[in-house]
Amino acid sequence: MDNTNIKRLSLQVNLDDFIPATDAEKEYMVTMRPSTTFFQDGVGRLRKNKVAMVSMIIILIITLMAIFVPLFWPYKYETMLGMQPGKPMDASFNNLHPMEYSTSEQAIIDEGGKVFPHLFGTDSQGRDYFIRVVYGTRISLAVGFFASIIVLVIGIIVGSISGYCGGVVDIIIMRIVDIIYSLPDMLMVILLAAVLRQRLAPAIEGTALAAIGSNIISLFVIFALLYWVGMSRLVRGQILSLREQEYVLAAQTAGAKGSRVIRKHLIPNCISVIVISTALQIPSAIFTESYLSFLGLGVNAPMPSLGSLASDALNGLASYPYRLVIPAIVISLIVLSLNLFGDGLRDAFDPKLNS
Amino acid sequence: MNPKTLKYILKRLVLGVFTVWVVITLTFFIMHAVPGGPFLSEKAVSPAAQAAMEAKYGLDKPLMVQYTTYLTDVVQFRFGPSLKQRGRMVIDIITDGLSVSARLGIVAAVLALVFGVVLGSVAALRRNTILDRIIMIITTAFVSMPSFIMGSLLLVEFTINLQWFPANGATKGGLVLPIITLMLYPMSYITRLTRSSMLDVLGQDYIRTAKAKGVTGWKIIFGHALKNALIPVITYFGPMLAYIVTGSLVVEQIFAVPGIGRAFVQSIINRDYMLIMGTTIVLATLIVIMNLVSDILYKIVDPRINLE
Repeated sequence: MDNTNIKRLSLQVNLDDFIPATDAEKEYMVTMRPSTTFFQDGVGRLRKNKVAMVSMIIILIITLMAIFVPLFWPYKYETMLGMQPGKPMDASFNNLHPMEYSTSEQAIIDEGGKVFPHLFGTDSQGRDYFIRVVYGTRISLAVGFFASIIVLVIGIIVGSISGYCGGVVDIIIMRIVDIIYSLPDMLMVILLAAVLRQRLAPAIEGTALAAIGSNIISLFVIFALLYWVGMSRLVRGQILSLREQEYVLAAQTAGAKGSRVIRKHLIPNCISVIVISTALQIPSAIFTESYLSFLGLGVNAPMPSLGSLASDALNGLASYPYRLVIPAIVISLIVLSLNLFGDGLRDAFDPKLNS
Repeated sequence: MNPKTLKYILKRLVLGVFTVWVVITLTFFIMHAVPGGPFLSEKAVSPAAQAAMEAKYGLDKPLMVQYTTYLTDVVQFRFGPSLKQRGRMVIDIITDGLSVSARLGIVAAVLALVFGVVLGSVAALRRNTILDRIIMIITTAFVSMPSFIMGSLLLVEFTINLQWFPANGATKGGLVLPIITLMLYPMSYITRLTRSSMLDVLGQDYIRTAKAKGVTGWKIIFGHALKNALIPVITYFGPMLAYIVTGSLVVEQIFAVPGIGRAFVQSIINRDYMLIMGTTIVLATLIVIMNLVSDILYKIVDPRINLE
């Protein structure tokens, strides 16, 4: 032991530090309630928002039905019930009203057998309409979801690079974003969809992608080309303000590379903004898909989507208006509840509104 | 006008012109990406006829030469002949359609503006009453409904069930339903926009001053609040036109209105590429110009706003 240590040991002890705490001082140390994280705080706020919770339940119910109902439903979306192998075509299956039965099914019922009812009737080709609506909902939801994921990924990558690098990179990227932003998106979407489907169909033939259909893929391509700009602007704005924070400087001083700073420090801090904007992107993607389907540029037949079901319904509108009304209600319900839920998310998680 | 505003306007103008150029270029190259090129018809043509056709439209020249020719043509509104409607020029089809569509669109826009501002002001003034709730619920529902569904439902109810209006948009009274279909979404949007900005304005000090001086009810709205509350609505002009243009594509299709939207949809179905290119460019330019005007107007009306 050398001298310095001995010196430190002999330091004066402040005796005041050892006086027992008074009751008033003890009270300071009692935790009134467990501390809440930002996430718990937001969830708490979201739970109190009745409109958002009801919307979330509606979305959950619709999503679960779209996923699970086709698994056990006795009819398939593409089966024309009147066309059975080895038998002549039975036209009595076509254009059934809700809960009606075809002549052959009626005969089974008269004999005491059981036939699963056609809840929404059948369409002009004898396909069970209920399962078509369920399947169409599934397609529309899936398209909305995956399109939003594509937008999310591209938007985050481009936006964070632009925001973090700044300088010339930022200027170039933002000018490109400006131009894409001011393009009339719907016209470009229609134009691209019309051309891509012809270009893509031969290219993907025989691959796994062919099952999804060229039109859906071209829809995804369109979203990847045009719709990422909003997200990237948002992320860039967030990162621009976040990168001046001390913890970023600390990470940089410790030797962290740009990509690590973005991934570990910047993105997690703007995650709430990203989630909210993605939640609001899904209904707009569903809107776009249904719009394109309505113009005949959507999903490939016989696959249904809510838009194509509505479009097909126009042919027999006078006699079977419910065929339009049902997908119309489903689509409005989905878009409405997603929008309201997204608004609720924003109210609950946007720190800027917390004041 | 201060130099900063002027600089902004200039910048927007340059961006606008650039955007139109990008649209024209994109349209050209997208159309040339079509398998077989834009002039391929479904019918099998003899190689000689094909070559003659290509020579006539300059398709045998290098792509860049074609592009510059096309660019100079477009600037002079020469969009060439329609491929499917024999003997008609694309520009004639567009101007014919545009006159019908413009009437439809302008009436819808004006009605949306008037009703939207009135409903929004009413909702803001009667905040948290049943009237406010009803207005907000209805407008929320309208905003969530795609125009083609709204149009189809109106068609079922008023044309087929009640038979109040003709199903053909070209006849007398046929434009009533298309106008209603087109105006409902922008009307709802403007209502919500006006309501929130009106509530914002009504909380300002100068409104309190006006109230303290004894101004009441509607006089506050019209004399003091409305002018400032309408500023955010100006920014919606551009998007509204974009909505009306794209909405008219399906609405004109549903109600059989002989407008430019219907021509566009038909040209896509028929693969009439010359018409597709012409219509896209005209409509896109319209939207870009309208966005430009509404942004510049916004800046002039309220110079405090920094749009950067």
